[in-house]
Order: sequence, then C-alpha cells, then structure tokens
Amino acid sequence: MSRGTLEKRAGLRPKQEAGPSGVVGTKRWLASAMFLPAILYIFALIGLPFLLACIYSLSDIKVGSVGYHFIGLANFRSVLESPSFRRSLGNSFIFTISSQILVLVGSTILSLALKERFRGRGFVRFLMLLPWVAPISLGAIGWKWILDSLYSVINWVLLAMHLVRPFDTPMWLGEPRLAMMSVILVHTWRLLPFSTVILLAGLTAIPKDIPEAAAVDGAGFWRTLFQITIPMMLPIVNVAILFGIIFTFTDMTVVYILTRGGPYDSTQVLPSLAFFSGILGGDLAEGAAISMFLVPLLVIVAWAMLRSAHRAEVT
Amino acid sequence: MAIVETRNLTKVFKEGQLGAVNDVNLKSNEGEFLVFLGPSGSGKTTLLRMIAGLEQPTSGEIWIGGVLANALSPRERRIAMVFQSYALYPHLSVYNNIAFPLKAQGLRKSEHRKKVEWAASLLGIEHLVERKPRELSGGERQRVALARAIVREPTLFLLDEPLSNLDAKLRASAREELEQFHRRIGTTTIYVTHDQVEAMAMGDRILVLNQGGVRQIGTPKEVYDEPTDTFVATFLGSPPMNLLENDNLIVGFRPEHLLPAELVSSGIPFPLRVINKEYLGAEWIVYGSLTGRFEGKEVVSRLGSAASYEVGATYDFAVREPDLKFFDGNTEKRTQAKAMAWQ
Repeated sequence: MSRGTLEKRAGLRPKQEAGPSGVVGTKRWLASAMFLPAILYIFALIGLPFLLACIYSLSDIKVGSVGYHFIGLANFRSVLESPSFRRSLGNSFIFTISSQILVLVGSTILSLALKERFRGRGFVRFLMLLPWVAPISLGAIGWKWILDSLYSVINWVLLAMHLVRPFDTPMWLGEPRLAMMSVILVHTWRLLPFSTVILLAGLTAIPKDIPEAAAVDGAGFWRTLFQITIPMMLPIVNVAILFGIIFTFTDMTVVYILTRGGPYDSTQVLPSLAFFSGILGGDLAEGAAISMFLVPLLVIVAWAMLRSAHRAEVT
Repeated sequence: MAIVETRNLTKVFKEGQLGAVNDVNLKSNEGEFLVFLGPSGSGKTTLLRMIAGLEQPTSGEIWIGGVLANALSPRERRIAMVFQSYALYPHLSVYNNIAFPLKAQGLRKSEHRKKVEWAASLLGIEHLVERKPRELSGGERQRVALARAIVREPTLFLLDEPLSNLDAKLRASAREELEQFHRRIGTTTIYVTHDQVEAMAMGDRILVLNQGGVRQIGTPKEVYDEPTDTFVATFLGSPPMNLLENDNLIVGFRPEHLLPAELVSSGIPFPLRVINKEYLGAEWIVYGSLTGRFEGKEVVSRLGSAASYEVGATYDFAVREPDLKFFDGNTEKRTQAKAMAWQ
C-alpha cells in the first residue's frame, strides 16, 4: 500500500512543478503547512500556559474559585516578602551554578577520555549514557535509597571502613548543607551524559591535524588542552552550558523526589516552590507569580543561545 | 641541521596485511631537499609521520641528527612540520600562531616579538600578523604555516604536500618561493608530494615510493634518465615512458626520444600510424600505433612541431639506441641492453 502511495506522490511532483507560478504557490503553502504543527504545539503547550500564568499572577485565583479579580502586583509583593521565596531564589542559583560547574569539569574530562580509542569504549559510552536515557524518576528513587538515613549504602561503606561511628552517620538528605550537596550531585550525575555527548561531538569536530601540529610545535598535554583544545571547543561548550542552565533552573524532579524541598526549605528551588504552593497548595495565583520570576533569566539564556548559535554558524 | 636516517622502517596498520611502509632504508644529506614521491597510498605520508613522531613504527629505527629517535615524542625531536591542511590554530591570530612553538619551548616572552617578526618578514607576512587564519587566502595561510615552522629554527623540516591546496597558478609561484626559502635557510627538508613536476623541480634527491617500498632514490636526473624499474619509468614523466614487450624483455623510451626518422641518424626505426595529435602550445603530443614488429602497440611522441602530420597516415619514426632502456619481463627491473631483432 505504502509503495503505491509513494509512487503516486513521486508522480505528482513533476506535474506541480510544471508551471513557475504553481511551484512558488505550492512551496509557500507547503512551508506554512509544515510549520503549522510546530506552531500549534508551541502555542498550545507553551504559549497558552504562559499567558495563563501571566493572567493568574495578577489575580487572586485559587483552585476551585470562580470569577477573576484583578489585584495588580499584590502577589509579587507578598511573594517577595516571603522567606521561603527568598531562600528558594538563592537556592535556585546555588543549585544551577554549582551543578553546572561540576557538569562542565566532569564532562570535559569524560569527553576527553571517551575520545581516545580503547578496548570496550563502546560499552563505556553506553554506560555513561544511562543516567540520561533511564527515566529520572527511577534514577532519583535509586539515589533516594543510596542516600537514605537508615539504609544508605554510602554510610554502610563508611561504617565498614571505620570512617564514621555507628548511630552517628551523616544524614545525607536530613541536614541542610548535606541535602543541598546531595541534590546538586544527583542532578550533576543526571546531566553529565548530555553535556558529555555535546562536548564529544565538539571534540571530534576538531581536525586531527591541529593537535598533531601542536605536538610537533612542542606543546605537551596540558598546553594543548588549555590553549588549543578547550578554546576551539568554546562555542560548543557554550551550547552545553546554556542548555544545562535551562535544564537545571527549570527542573524540580530531583528536588521533588529526594527532599521535597526540605529540610526547612533548605533545598527548595523556584520551580518546586511554585509547584508546592500553586498546585499542591491550591494557590494558583501565588504559584504563577513565583514561576514568573524564572522568566527574566530564561529570556537572557535564550538570547545568549541564539547569539552563540548564530556565531557558530558564521565561523 | 640534521641528517635523517631510517633503518628497515616498517609500519603495519592491520596485522596480517601488507604494511603501509615496508622495510625502508634511507639517509638524507646535510641541508638537503629530499622529496618523497609516490601515488596516493604509497606510504609517503606514513613515512613522514613516523619521522615526525606522530606515528609509531611497527619495527625498524629512525635516527635524527645521530640520535635514535624511536622513543622520542614529536616535541623532543625538535622538528617542524607543515601539514597539508596547514593546521593553523583557528582561534589564534597569525602572531600567536607563529609564537606558539616559542611559548611551548618556554622561551622568554620578551624574545617572542623579535623572533616572530623575523619569521614573518622572511615570508613577507608582517602586515597579516593581527589577522585570524580564516581571514587569509590559501597562499597566505601556507606562508603562516611556514613561518610557524621556522620560527624556532628547527633542525629538520617536514612538509606534507603543502602546495596541494593551492590553485595551479599560485602553486607555481609558491613552489618557486619554497625553493628560494630553502636556499636561504639551508635546513634539511623532507617534502612529500604526489606531483612529479614538484619533485623534479624542487628535489635535490627524489625517493620514489610505491606500495610502501622504496623503488629508487636519486637525483631528479637519475630517476628520470635511469629509472630502476618500470614503475619509476612510468610514474615520472608526462606523458610517461613508452614500454614495449619483446619476448622476455621490456623496452622503454621517453616520448621526447621518439622522433621522426629524418632527425635521428642510425636509430632504431619505429614506423607508426598517427591516431591523434594534441597541440599544447610549446609542443605537440602525437599518439600513434606502431606497425611492423610491434604491430598495434600504442606509443606517444612529444615533438616541437607536428602540424604537418595527418591523422591516419603512417610515418617513419625512430629512437637513438642509447635512449632505449631495457627491463626484465618478469621482475620489471632494469637490465643490461641486449641486441635484438627490431624488424
């Protein structure tokens, strides 16, 4: 059946291209038609909710309330005064910046290692990809057990090595600093493959001649790395960082599953706070107002992404 | 300045297969311009890369300046190499490209400027030092690559087909410049090319390679006039040497030696029927089919003038006896001249 339709289509094309005006008309129509699903998709799933969030954030709407009361910027004022919000805002930046630094260093090392040929490289590459391809809920639940206060394997190992005393083991998710650290590390673990794959692509794009020329010119490993390889990878590193920032700043999965923002909001980030107060707490207006604070940073990042993509194209 | 020597140098990429380079023995002279010439896949670049230290030999030895270099890294060999692609660092300015080997060498920063300026002026690119490689033309890039190579005054220069990315017109002038450049600095230079014209024009000596083995090493005149086998005989020269099989012997003569009989006193006659002729400006190329003893064999003649020849007609051509080269029919190696029946 498909063969028949294919042939029919193939036979149709030359006919349409016969007249010059027909070609242009068809192409224009085709272009809009092919754009349409993407535009509809973006409008329905991103544009509309964004518009609703804007409208909600200026009202006192709650789950189950009827009617719309415009209350101006009152939500923003109250949100800004709330200690939870201030804490979350700071946490969001700590969470994003720390995990991005770790991801960047880790993925640079990993991509350099995985570029080299060695026995079993394909398998190691596959293993490396697992945190990214496996569902994050499964991964995070695995981590929840690894970091559990009673059954943590890390504590079990530390105990066996006599590095900690029994009944005085670290509470990985229970102490504010440790909890933040755990959340950052798990998120780093999750983002590492994505960043590594991007950097690996950037590394393979460097012509083989260039590091060889550097070797002949007398440069050792570190000089080649810092003066040749990394500067040449910068455009692609930019892309990895910008994607990483978006994935981290807007993400709440790891926080939600591991700590639910606790203890005492010490790991609460903006998306999780918006979710807790807006969806679970039912205060849609406040949730919307909180999530509006994500917009400025995301706009800046999006602008930077478009710029760097354009520059990468030019050079 | 250094002498390069290889002893039984072999590189096998896949076990059980024929090596890319097989058992190569060569020794350069002091300050010489040595050309590795061969078709693609002949192993010339692999040989060069082993000398540079970018490729580890499977067996054999490399000596540079009297030191066994097998275990030395490229950096320790103190050589300079110009790559086919030039391999300029795209994110660095021309100045920083040229200064890079100095930095890597650990030279004091105050001395960089003087050295970079010296190298840049030697190649006439002082006005380009602020630019990035992508803003340069092919010829300018080549000069930057050369400047980067000479800036730390290496003992050995390796050039891997540096002219192949230039257009024909630029290539001739760049070749001329390279020759002058070598005369001025006098560093031992190894030059890889598949272009026999470049090899003939530039080389003090030519090393002819095929399938990873050395076929002949000698001055351009030696390899052209006295080829050691039929490969060298046909690889050098355009059009290539005419080869005629006769019993267990191959007879060869260059197109420029196959002349109209009236110009050759006491030559071996080769009557031929003209199939085609080409006018190349300074010369004519006549394609003919032999009649008589070598009936039907196609040969090529290169003449100053062939305007009077008509396609399809038969003419008397001849070759002087000393211009005939003889090769063994089985081994295709050069053998002694033999008396034989020509008619």
